[in-house]
Amino acid sequence: MFARFGAAAVGLSLLAAPVHAQAPIKIGFVSTFSGPQAAIGQDMRRSVELALEHLGGKMGGKPVEIVFEDDQFKPDVGKQRTEKLVQQDRVNFVTGYIWSNVLLASFKSVTDEADTILISANAGPSQLAGELCNKNFFSTSWNNDQTPMAMGAYLQAKGVKSLYLMAGNYAAGKDMLAGVKRTFTGQIVGEDLTKWPDQLDFSAEMAKIRAAKPDGIFIFYPGAHGVQFVQQYVQSGLKATTPLYQVFSVDAITLPQQKDLALGTLGAQQWVNDLPVDQNRRYVADFRKKHGVYPSYYGAQSYDSIMLIASAVEALKGDLSNKDAVRAAVKKADFKSVRGAFSFNTNNFPIQNFYIQEAVKDSDGNATVKTIATAVTAAKDPHFAKCPMK
Amino acid sequence: MEYLILQTLNGIQLGLLMFLLAAGLTLTFGIMDLVNLAHGSLYMVGAYFAWTFIAWTDSFVLGALLALPAALALGVAVEMVVMRRLYARDHLDQVLATFGLILFFNELVRVVWGPAGKSVALPSFVAGTIDIMPGVPYPAYRFAIIVVGAVVALLLAWLVTRTRMGMLIRAGASNRRMVGALGVDIGLLFTLVFGLGAVFAALAGLMAAPILSIKIGMGDDILILAFVIIVIGGIGSVKGAFVAAMIVGQIDIFGRAYVPDLLKTFLSAAAASSAAPAISQVLIYVVMAAVLVWRPTGLFGQRS
Repeated sequence: MFARFGAAAVGLSLLAAPVHAQAPIKIGFVSTFSGPQAAIGQDMRRSVELALEHLGGKMGGKPVEIVFEDDQFKPDVGKQRTEKLVQQDRVNFVTGYIWSNVLLASFKSVTDEADTILISANAGPSQLAGELCNKNFFSTSWNNDQTPMAMGAYLQAKGVKSLYLMAGNYAAGKDMLAGVKRTFTGQIVGEDLTKWPDQLDFSAEMAKIRAAKPDGIFIFYPGAHGVQFVQQYVQSGLKATTPLYQVFSVDAITLPQQKDLALGTLGAQQWVNDLPVDQNRRYVADFRKKHGVYPSYYGAQSYDSIMLIASAVEALKGDLSNKDAVRAAVKKADFKSVRGAFSFNTNNFPIQNFYIQEAVKDSDGNATVKTIATAVTAAKDPHFAKCPMK
Repeated sequence: MEYLILQTLNGIQLGLLMFLLAAGLTLTFGIMDLVNLAHGSLYMVGAYFAWTFIAWTDSFVLGALLALPAALALGVAVEMVVMRRLYARDHLDQVLATFGLILFFNELVRVVWGPAGKSVALPSFVAGTIDIMPGVPYPAYRFAIIVVGAVVALLLAWLVTRTRMGMLIRAGASNRRMVGALGVDIGLLFTLVFGLGAVFAALAGLMAAPILSIKIGMGDDILILAFVIIVIGGIGSVKGAFVAAMIVGQIDIFGRAYVPDLLKTFLSAAAASSAAPAISQVLIYVVMAAVLVWRPTGLFGQRS
């Protein structure tokens, strides 16, 4: 009698175990999937799906379910979609986020209210790298200041005497201009923060640049704004006299529309499609085979965020019940990043290299970017000392 | 000097673009007594029409020329199906109904053209610069906007002041029933006026498309400015809309050109560059308030 009961119990638990193991790992992914910036979201989504394919659709033996949510390029919508992911879908991880202002509006709902890990696949506001750093917040991208710092250092070394700075007037734009001024110590002859995201007409600013006669223009205008800026820069005739230097404004998202207009423009980035890393060759080749276009850093960072999650889930054999263990496993960053060497600083932002890239045409005549120099190696962001985490 | 000329031209170009939008709005508001919040939707749909036709014909000019009759047809259809029922109603009903139209058109565009934005490449003959003075280049496309905008403004002035249709429009505005009693089909007249407004809005939308890119809701932001313009100019006055659009265009450009530097003289650089975009936006409303204090019916308004 007891023996039979015991056997039945074992039978039940055997039945129960596979059911438990099949509960999927749920990942929420917030990005912009509508409006003029939807091309960025599409690139990220494609890269997430490619990462899942490369993982065979499983992490730690469990199936993976990804819930994509559209922030519509608006902080309030992003926050609301984020809350839905943690409260209704009860996801294990949240990732994505293109925009610093959307991320700043949303992160607390994940990291504090839901005690869930959020991995930014793009936005890197200075606040989150410094005083607002959080044990549940990780980044597979950068802190906003870093990319322009790399560009500024390069321009300083190159002997550029004066710059005119322009960016959108929001969290990331302010960080970017602060960043370039940390390393570029030449003269700043003008500085404009333009209304974000409404202002797409830069005619008044082009005339100001012409009058200020700088050695170069430095801009931060991601996505659709970068397309417009470069077009209007060329239309105004400034290209003939004043070179353009940029961060996040000439890339795989914008080049299909900027085409020849952007050729020769220099920028900085922590990842470029031609980095000689095995993982990167596979990612770029498979992405191009599937979609016929180059992936962007937005996609590469999203790919890395999924691979980072997978490494943690594998290390814990799919058991995410102990949150401290999950955080520790993520922090190890035991995965092969498409950018090569990757480790987390005390504030959970990556320590990584930055490269200088140039917009060129590939052998098939497609506009793309290629690495021309290494700007800085193993760079840490300038805010980590303000982060209380050690 | 060169800088002043460039910025003035930028202001004229922006002003003309906004005049095209405001002209249709002031005609329908002032003459038909109709508050049409969905005017921005016609601007948006005009740009999407142009995108489609440009893709079909592979020519910017042909695409634009095809988009205008399409916008006219849409305007006429909207007038016959919706607006006609609203003339006799009060303004609140009109606001509600046309706000509904905004939602309808935004969703329609999402269904037909998809959620992603569209961009229109410039035709090659205006992609470069022209020298407005020796050694002072100006973007050729913006110069083309100024030329087209000026021609259309002149045409509209001629239409309203010198033609039989313009006379009927003005007569219809002051006494609709009397004009009807004289045997004029006032319903048809209003349909035409509304269609004309739609064409101007679409023209503004398609000319702005290469600069501002095409997106859902693109007309909603600019509609507020268009209302400011017709209030400054005086509701119903095409001349007023023109003058006000020019003023607003110059304020916007010169606000962006001078306010940041002005602020930097007494604020820290960081505070100045954060505050400047907001302050140059507010300037337009300050001017509107000042004009309304000075002339409560606007610069050229007739109504009390």
